[in-house]
Amino acid sequence: MIEIGLSHYLVLGAIIFSLGMIGIFLNRKNVIVILMSIELILLAVNINLVSFSIFLQDIVGQIFTMLILTVAAAEAAIGLAIIVAYYRNKGSIRVEDINQMKG
Amino acid sequence: MIEIKYLAPEIFLVISIFSLLSVGVYLKNSFNIIFRLSTVIILVTLLILLTSDIENIKIFNNSIIIDDFSSFIKSLILISSFFILIMSKKYLNDIKNDKFEYPIIILFSILGMFIMVGSNDLIVFYLGLELQSLSLYILASIDRDNLKSSEAGIKYFVLSALSSGLLLYGCSLLYGFTGSTNFELILKNSENVNTGTIFAMVFILVGLAFKVSAVPFHMWTPDVYQGSPTSVTSFFSVVPKIAGIAVLIRFMYVPFQSIIDQWQNIIVFISVGSMILGAVAAIGQNNIKRLIAYSSIGHIGYAIAGIAAGTENGFRNTILYITIYAVMNIGAFAFILSMKRGQKYIEQIDELSGSSKNHPLMSFCLLIILFSLAGIPPLAGFFAKFYIFMSVIESGMYILAIIGLVTTVVSAFYYIRIIKIMYFDETKKPFENFKDIGIHGSIVISCTLLISFFLYPSILNNLISNISIF
Repeated sequence: MIEIGLSHYLVLGAIIFSLGMIGIFLNRKNVIVILMSIELILLAVNINLVSFSIFLQDIVGQIFTMLILTVAAAEAAIGLAIIVAYYRNKGSIRVEDINQMKG
Repeated sequence: MIEIKYLAPEIFLVISIFSLLSVGVYLKNSFNIIFRLSTVIILVTLLILLTSDIENIKIFNNSIIIDDFSSFIKSLILISSFFILIMSKKYLNDIKNDKFEYPIIILFSILGMFIMVGSNDLIVFYLGLELQSLSLYILASIDRDNLKSSEAGIKYFVLSALSSGLLLYGCSLLYGFTGSTNFELILKNSENVNTGTIFAMVFILVGLAFKVSAVPFHMWTPDVYQGSPTSVTSFFSVVPKIAGIAVLIRFMYVPFQSIIDQWQNIIVFISVGSMILGAVAAIGQNNIKRLIAYSSIGHIGYAIAGIAAGTENGFRNTILYITIYAVMNIGAFAFILSMKRGQKYIEQIDELSGSSKNHPLMSFCLLIILFSLAGIPPLAGFFAKFYIFMSVIESGMYILAIIGLVTTVVSAFYYIRIIKIMYFDETKKPFENFKDIGIHGSIVISCTLLISFFLYPSILNNLISNISIF
């Protein structure tokens, strides 16, 4: 049996973080997927913080996590509201269609 | 409990924001009254801030810091948002975007910047940053029936949320590798440099570079500037930049002071990239808001060059630069907000042609502002660049100074092109003639400050030379 230590949690956090980044940059279809990827990035940060908090025997990391969860909810709400406003004007939320401005 | 008195400006802001919200909900057509009230609130907050005797103090378990630096930046934020608010009133009425939420959201973002600038702890910093960014997402898409505005909102939201995520990942690594979220403790615990701290520094730097739109994280700037309503663009190009630069200075000089060798190279790279891109990419632009966007990327490059110097003089000159930058940009946007023909506000540079015949005074003001942006003596913009290059040369970074000078010359081309179009091209129909104390007052004050700076440069210099953050 291998012992699960701090490094395993950090690797997990790094993998989820990279998945979020890849999701944002490789996604060509839907803005909602980008929103989910952003949530994934914040989740990776939370995993990092909680595992550091346990490792350091310090409660501050967990408090930070609570605050991040709150902010993430607010961010998702505002993001969805902006997407709805955009959909009403354009009738589509495909990433390729967001190209009114170029230059 | 005695500590709470040091937070008087923030507490006053919070209380007045919520009172304004309730007034706005119960009163019909309350845009005008709320707009006036919020300008008054900004002035009262400024008064509270200036009358409280500043002492260097850390409150709430060292998580918030009150010092000369944060007070100076806070007053700068308040003054520039005051001018931006008074000059955008007519515009908002004209484009039928007179929602009472607009000034309230601006106040919210000012509150976020206050918390951000006064933070001495990663958690407080993050909360302030998010309060500011969430308000800015809404501001970018405030004209929600307009496709361009909502597209600007979507772009700004996605990229800014991504940068917040990167910054936060950096914060988590910094917490893990130094064992604290407090800036001073981070500095104390990172005496012996390890890879984790450098990693964290890079992530945090990326996030902050996004917020101040420095190369290579600038791609949102032109689109968001062009898409959002002009009044919002004027806010975007000045106030969050001031706060972002202030936080960048605080991060580089307090928690990351011990890894200066590592961040100096990165900052030099960012600065050089921004200067070059700001000079080159603006040349082909025909939309004046896009042009200002690229010019602001360039100016951020010069401001960051002062931080790259890594000395006390360096960051002071950065503060000086960002102050003069704010004055110039407020003047430029006051002019853009007066470009109205018939029922429509115009944004194309060609439409300016021959405006010197129809509006000699306004065109002359824009000429002063553009010369100052280009850095032509004896205007204030020249001295701002001069001080920056002085401190860069003092630190022995000759290549950075040379690149800065060359890009200044290149960027003078597109500023002078606008002047040529205004003064020497054939005359078109005049703009709508109106008198608005906000717009004309801002442009006159901006020009007067830019012209008269060289007579008394010591006033601003003395103010800034007292600032220290060590």
